Amino acid sequence: MSGGFVTLFYKELLRFWKVAFQTVAAPVLTAMLYLLIFSHVLEARVQVYGSLRYTAFLVPGLVMMSILQNAFSNSSSSLIQSKVTGNIIFVLLPPISYREFYAAYVLAAMVRGVIVGAGVLLVTAFFTPLQFAHPLWIFAFALIAGGVMGSLGVVAGIWADKFDQLAAFQNFLIMPLTFLSGVFYSIHSLPSFWQGVSHFNPVFYMIDGFRYGFFGVSDVAPWQSFAVAFVSLLVLAALTLNFLRRGYKLRG
Amino acid sequence: MIPAIRIQQVAKRYGSLQALGGVDLEVAQGEFFGLLGPNGAGKTTLISSLAGLVRPDSGTLEVMGHDVQSDYRNARRNLGVVPQEIVFDPFFSVRETLKFQSGYFGIRDNDDWIDEILANLDLTNKAHANMRTLSGGMKRRVMVAQALVHRPPVIVLDEPTAGVDVELRQTLWQFVRRLNQDGHTIVLTTHYLEEAESLCSRIAMLKAGRVVALDSTENLLSSHANHALRFRLAEGDVLPLVFEGRATRSEEGWVLPFEDYSEVGALVDTLRNAGCTLQDLEIGKPDLEEVFLDVMKGQAS
Repeated sequence: MSGGFVTLFYKELLRFWKVAFQTVAAPVLTAMLYLLIFSHVLEARVQVYGSLRYTAFLVPGLVMMSILQNAFSNSSSSLIQSKVTGNIIFVLLPPISYREFYAAYVLAAMVRGVIVGAGVLLVTAFFTPLQFAHPLWIFAFALIAGGVMGSLGVVAGIWADKFDQLAAFQNFLIMPLTFLSGVFYSIHSLPSFWQGVSHFNPVFYMIDGFRYGFFGVSDVAPWQSFAVAFVSLLVLAALTLNFLRRGYKLRG
Repeated sequence: MIPAIRIQQVAKRYGSLQALGGVDLEVAQGEFFGLLGPNGAGKTTLISSLAGLVRPDSGTLEVMGHDVQSDYRNARRNLGVVPQEIVFDPFFSVRETLKFQSGYFGIRDNDDWIDEILANLDLTNKAHANMRTLSGGMKRRVMVAQALVHRPPVIVLDEPTAGVDVELRQTLWQFVRRLNQDGHTIVLTTHYLEEAESLCSRIAMLKAGRVVALDSTENLLSSHANHALRFRLAEGDVLPLVFEGRATRSEEGWVLPFEDYSEVGALVDTLRNAGCTLQDLEIGKPDLEEVFLDVMKGQAS
């Protein structure tokens, strides 16, 4: 790693921090609205894992959803903006390796995801008492999820030539993957066919394992979730690094 | 001495378009080198290949002896590029922009040098302004500053004066000239041929991805361009037969080339004796534009 990585990482942090109202406060508010509305409607009707209150169940799901979406947003929007405005050239001219490039964008995405996630956790703590059965699992899944979505954001940001292409990526891939992964429900409440389908969604394992960190109960074993999430991260990292090494859409 | 830039057999194809068709070029250290050619000739592709922004299909490029692919870190440390399009990051101020650019090259505590560049480019009082608030000319100057933060020995300016007002052009050229006097190698592409003529000591002309002329500015001017008489004839006058084939018609009238000033008197006499009334008589000096047009027409090799 050279000085270039440190600066690029710092620049990426500063980029979202300068507009934190939009990049941190806004998603925290959105998550809080989900919590208020869904818990108001469902608190009395749904119970999960036996005695767990729905509001408590929902919180880790919303935290994870915030991590996923914001990590993706950070790297993808930074890259598409730089590409559309053309200032990406100032990062391509210096002696920054493709690995440093990857690390800077993905780490900054993870940081934004974790900050927003922590914000959501902090705000929702007012509404429901939380437990932290296995804090290490919480950290592990938060970081892996941030890394997976940060990588996907790099891929999407590099692939998309226009903002609407990126929006399509977000709306038709990222949103279904996160919403259909058990943010709002335990997959045990689904018909068995859809339970089966959910097992092919890697995001399901991230949310399930993350939730295990809070309650010590989950739909599948935490090690299994960890294995799936970690392998997803490795595969995506390898894919993204391969794109960057070949200079796909960045170095013609 | 290692050449500042060595380009060997570089070819690049985009689909059916041959952007570069085997370019060979060497620029010595300390040169002020001009790269000319019409739009689409491959100038920017060549510069982008040098900067590692474009990967050529074949051939090699070196900056100060460092291959731009296999030894890209050293190649890029030795190269400063001012891109053609005005681009900037709207999130940051001028000083932040320059500090980040320094950091990308692994340079910390670069404030003294940044101050010096800002002063030289007349940007000191804009240091804390956000990039968005700057005029186009100011943004262009910041881009020049960005290319210099790491004190590269080789500086490439890709049409730096396109759409820039006269005052800035003068400031910019003074500064670039001084960099050249301080030992920096400068490569310039421009559409303003008079700029290239007054600044560059050596010039390469590109056409359809190939180098079609490469020589010192002086030699190019003397070998391709002639002094010429330019005149219009009064209505009804006919050009004397002796000049047919030698004189050419231009928009303004006739162009009659000659080798030496001593011929001028005789030429004018011949015209007068033939009964011609000369209007708007001018003696044209050879200029790069003529050479350029001549070369691009393919009349010269």
